[in-house]
Amino acid sequence: MRGQAAARLAPSLAKLPVMATAENAPHGSEARGCFAPLQAAADWLADLGHLVIVWFTALGDLALFTLRTLRWLFSRLPRRETLIPAFYQIGVLSLPVVALTGTFIGMVLAVQSYAQFRMMGLETRLGAVINMALVRELGPVLAATMLAGRIGSAMAAELGTMRVTEQIDALASMGTNPIHYLVVPRFLACIVLIPTLTIMADFMGVVGGAFYSITLLDVDYYHYWVHSKNFVNNFDLFIGVFKSLFFGAAIGLIACHRGFNCDPGAEGVGRAATRAFVFSFVTILLLDLFLGILLDTVNNYLWPQQARVV
Amino acid sequence: MSRHDHQDARSEARPESGSADRADQPLIHVENLHVQFGRQHVLRNVSLSVPRGQTLAIIGESGCGKTVLLKSIIGLIRPTSGRVFFDGQDLSTLSDKELTRQRIRFGYVFQNAALFDSLTVAQNIAFPLRQHFSYTDTEIRDIVRDRLEEVGLSDAIVAKKPAELSGGMRKRVGLARALAMNPEVLLYDEPTTGLDPIMTDVINQLIIRTRDHKHVTSIVVTHNMETIRKVPDRVVMLYPLPRLGRDEPQVLFDGSPEGIFQCRDKRVSQFVRGEARERLMEMLATSRRRSGEESAAPAAN
Repeated sequence: MRGQAAARLAPSLAKLPVMATAENAPHGSEARGCFAPLQAAADWLADLGHLVIVWFTALGDLALFTLRTLRWLFSRLPRRETLIPAFYQIGVLSLPVVALTGTFIGMVLAVQSYAQFRMMGLETRLGAVINMALVRELGPVLAATMLAGRIGSAMAAELGTMRVTEQIDALASMGTNPIHYLVVPRFLACIVLIPTLTIMADFMGVVGGAFYSITLLDVDYYHYWVHSKNFVNNFDLFIGVFKSLFFGAAIGLIACHRGFNCDPGAEGVGRAATRAFVFSFVTILLLDLFLGILLDTVNNYLWPQQARVV
Repeated sequence: MSRHDHQDARSEARPESGSADRADQPLIHVENLHVQFGRQHVLRNVSLSVPRGQTLAIIGESGCGKTVLLKSIIGLIRPTSGRVFFDGQDLSTLSDKELTRQRIRFGYVFQNAALFDSLTVAQNIAFPLRQHFSYTDTEIRDIVRDRLEEVGLSDAIVAKKPAELSGGMRKRVGLARALAMNPEVLLYDEPTTGLDPIMTDVINQLIIRTRDHKHVTSIVVTHNMETIRKVPDRVVMLYPLPRLGRDEPQVLFDGSPEGIFQCRDKRVSQFVRGEARERLMEMLATSRRRSGEESAAPAAN
């Protein structure tokens, strides 16, 4: 639907300047030529309007889908046999990739910051910068991005295939609510396990950063950790974990919604998987910004005197 | 939970009041059904009543809305307008949970069987039982074996995944799964499409046997003339909306299986005899018109 609207928008955009030039107007049709630019502008506006309506419809549909998921979540918990595979798939199998990403990001941060800090003779403060960046931002965002890439796309493709092959209809026809059976366990696994994955990414990042700084860059061990301890507090850790809950919810809902609304055919399933990742990633970034602003305000309100100088 | 409890649980889904009156009224009643997807109209003002115990066949060209009608009857598709009544209850007024409970009374055999590919044959057949009842493993194993026997399959395939089965076997497992809950209504969506003539006849006989032994109400969507001759008590033919005039009814024929082969409506007789001559002439005229337009366009330029 959105693809069609975009495709419709493109020709009218292309048409606009062409029809506006006098030499392109057909001979002997001055009146028509005079209205042509207006017509093209009207077409363009109509297409734009259609695109806006399509976007709002999709957003409304996602909101309804979220409401239905929450209603089923609070009315009846899913069965153990649906929960455990979802938890295993989303939590256990994502652990290595999240840990690896965290480790390397910690080390990369050390590599990138060391030269600048050394110039100012502040290399012992590396720990504060690396650990603060990891715990507040990079840990949760990277864990969520990995989850969106590894699990979001797979969930959208799996549910999309089930939609295309009528397996979701078959579930409903047997008196099983597809949202309760398919979406609630995945959603629950995403929001319950993403904080643990975030903590894992944080931990491995801290270890990676410390290893590279202390072992390879010869930064003083004692001061590295003292500065880290002084500048990274529990609220910073809380901010990262708190944000990850929203990221997990967004990944679960967007991926399942894309799968449920998959277009027919192999192309439709592929598109659902791609869109699940892209939409999840954009939502993660938007949520990160707005939650960051909100939590910073809370932080300043609770500890107005707290100095945040590294 | 015993099998008697199984029946009791299913009967809970039935409305309690006025059960004597309900016995007289049709089990399924479709009233001025209109279904539209985006700008595409699929069904327009379709009305239909199916009494208890009847076997109805719905036929028509591809894209005329047979499957949409079937899915509207079980509430998988919400009508754009019009109403669908099941046992006197308007499906559009039911909540998600009530609708889910009513669906237990249906069995749906999907066109491509729609078996869960991550589960084995046994798990597929046992799926609705595990969802709605608390049978022991032994009881479930017995029911699975019984249902497989009913569709002529041995229990040697219980551990196989759907991908390891042939098309005919998948359809029969689909039927076994639909029968697992002892439904009152069986909906078949093109049960013989893509099967060889022998397997087609096997499926036809299974539909007849299920109807006779279990006294179910059946709706069969089909293109197969052999199925129409052998299986139903009544046939309804739908016609694609784009080929109809504004005021023409979408139901072209509603009558006995014998009657449809003698119907004088050209559209009906051409369909049941498989005569495509007129349609081919139309296609030829369209392609000629198009090629004429294409050759006229450069000349005008």
